[in-house]
Amino acid sequence: MEIKIYSTPTCPYCKMAKEYLSSKGIAYQDLDISANNVDKEEMLKVSGQMGVPVIVINSEVIVGFDRARIDSLIGK
Amino acid sequence: MSKIYDLIILGAGPAGITAAVYAARKKLDFLLITLDIGGQAALSGYIKNYTGYQFISGPELALKFQEHMNSFAIEIKMPERVKEIKQENNLIKTITEKETYGSKTLIVATGKRSRELNVEGEKEFKNKGVTYCATCDGPIFKEKNVAIIGGGNSGLDAALQMMKISPKVYLINATAQLTGDEVMIEKVKEADNVEIWNNSQVKKIYGNVFVRGIEIDKEGKLYNFNVEGIFVEIGLIPSSEFANCLKQNQWKEILIDCYNKTSIEGIFAAGDVTNVPEKQIIIACGEGSKSCLSAFKYLSTRKF
Repeated sequence: MEIKIYSTPTCPYCKMAKEYLSSKGIAYQDLDISANNVDKEEMLKVSGQMGVPVIVINSEVIVGFDRARIDSLIGK
Repeated sequence: MSKIYDLIILGAGPAGITAAVYAARKKLDFLLITLDIGGQAALSGYIKNYTGYQFISGPELALKFQEHMNSFAIEIKMPERVKEIKQENNLIKTITEKETYGSKTLIVATGKRSRELNVEGEKEFKNKGVTYCATCDGPIFKEKNVAIIGGGNSGLDAALQMMKISPKVYLINATAQLTGDEVMIEKVKEADNVEIWNNSQVKKIYGNVFVRGIEIDKEGKLYNFNVEGIFVEIGLIPSSEFANCLKQNQWKEILIDCYNKTSIEGIFAAGDVTNVPEKQIIIACGEGSKSCLSAFKYLSTRKF
């Protein structure tokens, strides 16, 4: 399962989402969009919006820390 | 609607979560309906006035709350938005966008949320340049011109954050002068890249896919600024529109007495959505606990 989180260092819900995945023992790739324009453009492209976090699980896009959708996609 | 719960709690910020912990310990048959976990507390930067923690971040405290709540088996509906509540035949109906639930008592702990501008383009460009959380989204607009709407402390806070990373920051303020803390006002005024526009109203937000600019009205004259980010920081409003059956004050806060009783028997309210003086995490927790104890007493002294 490939998981990417587009985040900023200051965003509370990004932190919550990352801690949530870690607590389930799930690995993810953290992309700090404030540090990298390529990642930022990619996030705009996949989600069509600018809010963080954007979580991509097996090419499904979740905008915001939506626990229910994360659970259903990681098959909790 | 088949089942009748002892209690339904609306909202899972500090007040709602504390009420849920108390309800679980009282072994009430209850349901928690909420949009998110942690509420505004989860969005706070640093908290230094919550007893027991000399220093903790909002997300960390919200996670602690959540862990505490999750130590009990609690039935949670999330995310689910409440449309209406009403009392009927001694029972309370909670109507959400998905279902109707029945209960003997209800605790409204839905808190407050960011006030919106209500101007053309705001909804269309929400999360496409328009944001209500500078802490979250600020870094996305590095090296872009931005406008910050609101001259109070949260607007100034956003300006202080953005003036370090944006070439140009327009601070749009509706009143004649900035109203936040003096220290912050001075710092913002000293910055070369912050333009302060007092007596100014936002007329519209425009762009194509993402925000490209904003139009403001200053004393009858229109001005346009090219910005890619717009931070709306014009205060908070109570999430109480579904609870019009309850008496509210002029700010739409639900009126409660010191037992957290509202104007309808069996319905209690707690935290920032109420007229409780001072909106603080620790106060919301205390209020949540009181509201549950009041609901418990109400349940045990009444026949249903």
